[in-house]
Amino acid sequence: MSEIPIENDRSVETQKSYSEEELSAFKHVHLARHQDRPYTLDFIEHIFEEFVEVHGDRRFADDPAVICGFARFHGLPVVVIGHQKGRDTKQRQYRNFGMPKPEGYRKALRVMKVAEKFGRPIFSFIDTPGAYPGIDAEERGQAEAISYNLREMAKLRVPVIVTIIGEGGSGGALAIGIGDHVLMLENAVYSVISPEGCAAILWKDASKAPRAAKSLRLTASDLYQQGIIDHIVQEPPEGAHAGVSETARSLDTILYKCLGDSLSFSAEQRLVRRYAKMRLLGTWGEREAVSS
Amino acid sequence: MRATVGASVSRETMTWFKKRKQNLESVPVEERVVKTENVFVKCEECDEPLYKRDLEESLQVCRHCGYHFRIGARERLAMLFDEGIYEELDAEVISIDPLSFVDSKPYPERLEQARRVSGLPEAIINGTGNVGGHKVYAGAMDMLFIGGSMGSAVGEKVTRLIERAMKERAAVVIFAASGGARMQEGTLSLMQMAKIAAALAQLDEARLPFISVLTDPTTGGVTASFAMLGDAIIAEPKALIGFAGPRVIEQTIRQKLPKDFQRSEFLLEHGMVDAIVDRREMRAYIIKLLDFMMNPDIQRDSEQSTQRRSTYQYERQ
Repeated sequence: MSEIPIENDRSVETQKSYSEEELSAFKHVHLARHQDRPYTLDFIEHIFEEFVEVHGDRRFADDPAVICGFARFHGLPVVVIGHQKGRDTKQRQYRNFGMPKPEGYRKALRVMKVAEKFGRPIFSFIDTPGAYPGIDAEERGQAEAISYNLREMAKLRVPVIVTIIGEGGSGGALAIGIGDHVLMLENAVYSVISPEGCAAILWKDASKAPRAAKSLRLTASDLYQQGIIDHIVQEPPEGAHAGVSETARSLDTILYKCLGDSLSFSAEQRLVRRYAKMRLLGTWGEREAVSS
Repeated sequence: MRATVGASVSRETMTWFKKRKQNLESVPVEERVVKTENVFVKCEECDEPLYKRDLEESLQVCRHCGYHFRIGARERLAMLFDEGIYEELDAEVISIDPLSFVDSKPYPERLEQARRVSGLPEAIINGTGNVGGHKVYAGAMDMLFIGGSMGSAVGEKVTRLIERAMKERAAVVIFAASGGARMQEGTLSLMQMAKIAAALAQLDEARLPFISVLTDPTTGGVTASFAMLGDAIIAEPKALIGFAGPRVIEQTIRQKLPKDFQRSEFLLEHGMVDAIVDRREMRAYIIKLLDFMMNPDIQRDSEQSTQRRSTYQYERQ
């Protein structure tokens, strides 16, 4: 993995001041953001058949940062949603770097409700630096859109399988990330804040991002240990971009298993299990003696 | 020389008043101040001096300009409940350091400091009692505890609050005051958003009210999870409320933000909150909402359906 360039590196010296662990965590961050990394549309192409895209939230606009559509998975009709980044400058601008606005989240939920109505499973793919932080997004209720999705996804009666394929950027990722199974690609990251943002707040220096990347424990293996994700999907040694179809194949295998598992339960059972799964999230302490 | 002596003598005899005590101790320079601390405070908005006892009487609202001072979690709860009486709950749930996080100081030290500074066990205080005669489970967040940030313990406390309310067929009221998710617990903090939202989904299906009160400031993961999911969302005047913080937005769009952007009034204008309510009217307003939302007919219906689900849950275990 030594050939992966560390973006914004000031000098070799700055890199030397970080430990092995810190640099290794930060390499995951760079692999997750790699410009050739497979995006949602690439996985749709490799894993699903007969994909048709649908657009718009029926309230305000269509958000190109979120892809929604109907497709077939091993012959079964399903719904696919996911963040979409762009490859070149023009595409990146069009996709807003994969940063959804409220209409993106509302579109995703609208299509998920269509899936629920017709009893079709949902596959969600996560790859975003975060929800878009802009004036228009705030005006139209970015926070409301995200929180509403969180609540409504917890109630969806159909199977929901979530995969973090690249960047899992905080609330912007979680807003389409509630499901019965949560998968994560080996080099994907999932965090409460970007390492740069964290370093800027805690050390007033965004270039300390490698340190933050390690501290935040945002890699797939870290999150598996914390009980936040259920499965890790293997990537080729150089990263998913070095073998897209290979990565898609291993993802396909796990998705198929997870779907089979979800379908083996009734809707009511799925809801109980999904709640039980989320109920356990977190690590806290209990004091013996209570003084108040 | 004679003349000097004579002058001093004559001054003595000429004095009209005599000092009885000769050597009055002088006050040291550093103590020569009029002590108004803890008596008067200056309004942060209009600079008017405010008599502290008056300020307490007006629930920490400036009498001149209506500025709402930030207040602590326990004060909040005392203002809400009938006669200010409530029972504190879940005080045993506290933050630990799951990631061994170190920034400028280790996270356990930061927690210890927060407990000392705020006098609170965690960034939210849970309590139960009556509000206008209705049974209410309420939580109040406190900015003094690591910026009111939400980690696993806050997530757990909010979830327990909601679950208790469901069990008791009661209402939930939460006063939000938070900078967002707590970085020091990484992705676990993020997951609290999912956990609380899932609990609120059940509360919603049980048709029990959740009243969300947004106070200055409410941003980040707290806004994007429970704070915006209220059946009624009330904001205090001029509170900063948003998803992204103003600094992040300024850096992203590279423009200065308009002055009233992300204030309560801005949110009201854009349809994001039900009402802006003065702190002095808050309790009365909440009671009105509870009178409206606590419908005994509905409570009987959904009691049966909740029972069905919990029986099922029990069977599975």
